[in-house]
Amino acid sequence: MKRHAFTLGLASALVVMGHLAHAADLRIGLQDDPDTLDPDQGRTFVGRIVFAAMCDKLVDITPELKIIPALATGWKWSDDGKALSMDLRQGVTFQDGEKFDAEAVKYNIERSQTLPESRRKSEVKSIASVEVNGPYSVTFHLKAPDATLLAQLADRAGMMVAPEVAKKEGDKFGLNPVCVGPYKFQSRVAQDKIVLVKDPNYYDAKDYHFDKVTYLPIPDTTVRLANLRAGDLDMIERLAATDVKSAEKDPKLVVKKATSLGYQGITFNIGNGAMAKNPFGEKAKLRQALSLSIDRNAINQVVFNGAFEPGNQPFPPGSKWYDKAFPVQPQNIAEAKKLLQEAGDPHPELTVQVTNNPVQMQLMQVIQSMAAQSGIKIKIVAKEFATLLKDQTTGDFEASQIGWSGRIDPDGNIYSFVVTGAGLNDGHYSNPQVDALLNKARLTTDDAVRKQSYDAAQAILLKQLPIVYLYHPVWIWALNKKIEGFTPYPDGMIRLKGVKFAG
Amino acid sequence: MLGFILRRLLIAIPTILMISVFVFSLQKLLPGDPVLAMAGEERDPATIAFLRQKYHLNDPVPEQYARWVLAAAHGDLGISLRTNQPVLQLIEEKLPVTIQLAIMAMIVALVIGLPAGVLSAYRRNTWVDWLSNAVALSGLSIPNFWLGIMLILLVSVRLGWLPASGYVSPWVDPWRSIQVMLMPAFVLGTGLAASLMRHTRSAMLGVLKSDYVRTARAKGLSERSVLVKHALRNALVPVVTVTTLLFGELLGGAVLTEQIFTIPGFGKLVVDAVFTRDYAVVQGIVLCTGVAFIAMNLLADVAYRLLNPRMRDQ
Repeated sequence: MKRHAFTLGLASALVVMGHLAHAADLRIGLQDDPDTLDPDQGRTFVGRIVFAAMCDKLVDITPELKIIPALATGWKWSDDGKALSMDLRQGVTFQDGEKFDAEAVKYNIERSQTLPESRRKSEVKSIASVEVNGPYSVTFHLKAPDATLLAQLADRAGMMVAPEVAKKEGDKFGLNPVCVGPYKFQSRVAQDKIVLVKDPNYYDAKDYHFDKVTYLPIPDTTVRLANLRAGDLDMIERLAATDVKSAEKDPKLVVKKATSLGYQGITFNIGNGAMAKNPFGEKAKLRQALSLSIDRNAINQVVFNGAFEPGNQPFPPGSKWYDKAFPVQPQNIAEAKKLLQEAGDPHPELTVQVTNNPVQMQLMQVIQSMAAQSGIKIKIVAKEFATLLKDQTTGDFEASQIGWSGRIDPDGNIYSFVVTGAGLNDGHYSNPQVDALLNKARLTTDDAVRKQSYDAAQAILLKQLPIVYLYHPVWIWALNKKIEGFTPYPDGMIRLKGVKFAG
Repeated sequence: MLGFILRRLLIAIPTILMISVFVFSLQKLLPGDPVLAMAGEERDPATIAFLRQKYHLNDPVPEQYARWVLAAAHGDLGISLRTNQPVLQLIEEKLPVTIQLAIMAMIVALVIGLPAGVLSAYRRNTWVDWLSNAVALSGLSIPNFWLGIMLILLVSVRLGWLPASGYVSPWVDPWRSIQVMLMPAFVLGTGLAASLMRHTRSAMLGVLKSDYVRTARAKGLSERSVLVKHALRNALVPVVTVTTLLFGELLGGAVLTEQIFTIPGFGKLVVDAVFTRDYAVVQGIVLCTGVAFIAMNLLADVAYRLLNPRMRDQ
């Protein structure tokens, strides 16, 4: 009898332990398979989601986009805005035990600048040199004042990789990344899973409640949701807008949302090669007419089941950078027709290229029928993304339906797209006034002053419309109800601090 | 037989080379720029120029091809532009998955297709025949993605019997591995079962009408013996050919099924690689599946000769 009781006790202990072991494993469904896991080389959104649990940054953001301390505990700008000094957190180690200090920060910034494969070069371009003031104090000396720098350091450019490992591994660092962060890399099978395990030596380990976090790329949104419902996943990102209602009705699930920092719009070819010589590239009035023909609320209802946010500026209407003087306009066919008449072209034609995924195609078809009401004939050309991007950079397009993932600092959503010669200005729009205003906004860290510059630029851009903004996607997560403590962030990241299973 | 196999292996070399030339040139004809895709949102000209040079994308295409063939001959299939992993390692990771799925799907196909084909030929124009035909026709015409999603919703979400997707290696957890693969194998297998059933049926019909079957019956052999020992063995010759070829196709990766059930096999890898213009990965996988297909073809020919002694002298 005694022996039976012992066996029974052991068995139940094992069951409980097994349950606990399982209970401390978090499984997250991602929409894509991340690319290389090197913060300096990474370029995918899903890669950033994995980094959020693995690689801490110098600074982080709040859901309201306020910049807060992370590996840097405090910072100060010099009066001329050309030096940023940071105090670093002490007693922190990388996941392999290497010490985190000012030298490590210097190494990291220089790696972002000089690693030939680095995709962070433009983000840290303004830094001329990094000065080590003491073991836990650095100063970034800038070539010119750069108000966007702190926000850059709140993302991949501010992630700290272990210098010794990075020196040894070079461009292969992403195969076995080592950072400062709550979870360290354990293994990866391409397109199958990425497994992270808790780093017990992490300075804030007590606030992280999972022993293991597994990321599983499942591109099909229906299948991702089915996995969550079946209990094979605990959490998924980018639930399809059309699935929100059914997920909300499911008593086992919780849906969380945050308006993204990004946007979707139509970029016009205004000066990029021969294709710019088309009615819409040459006449702002035609672009205004198209914008007025679009019922942005109807698009949101029809294509996204009302889950997204209509927009007309590079910043969502809820952002402090949004210029309230220019709200989202309702559809106005009469006014659009009038503009077409004034431009002397009542029945213009426009070819718009669009990514060949069903949702973007549907979006363009809805816009096509709305534009037809004013007399604008739109021809839709669907292209696979790599081709669309190539044609857009080489100027082989009249208009392109494309979006932007969004940045914390307003500069990241506007500067590169409209300033003369800037990296992502594929339409080659050029206006010295806009250039001057947006350059000025970079020079000061005073938000009120910057807002004035952005508003002034907005007033010009919304008349000339090199980009017609359509909507802001909303990040939608679906979680198993037993997960508590998850906070949605507008950057779409999954931050695991304080997240745990209930009970 | 050995000479035959050697001859076939020698012929395989130029075939594989031709496949690789074809795929290499086809990839280069694709619009889009791999470096732009790789650079992501970073458009720093120096980075772009460096990446182009690093992956030899500025060199003339024949030179790029020659470099690839030489490296491949030394067992180096290059590095994935996307994840920096060696292509050979990716193939080593994916090949067992694809093989497991192929074998399980083939088992499903054989278990359903063969008996159904034999029965429907034997009971021609009866309800058994009609039913088998109807089932076969639906197996062929129901799209994999629909059946897959329906199965996930019913078996995993509603009933909770099987995991919805993913992959577990049989070396880690054999039981779980089979569970995970059951639904995808079934989805793939039903489609194949249908064509196997059709082939078996028509082969059996031909054989059942032949003189030696009539003789066997006249000798008073049991129906079972006539059917299995005499008729089926001969009918199997074309069926074996079809089976091995179907198996070869399966080794190329089942794109849709892998996507739906999130199985990290060849199909999923190659689709992602094509979209991101990850040339080395596409090239490596095509080479690998080409070799697999040729091997299966050879196997079919060998099996053909083993089953049919008359072929051996030719």
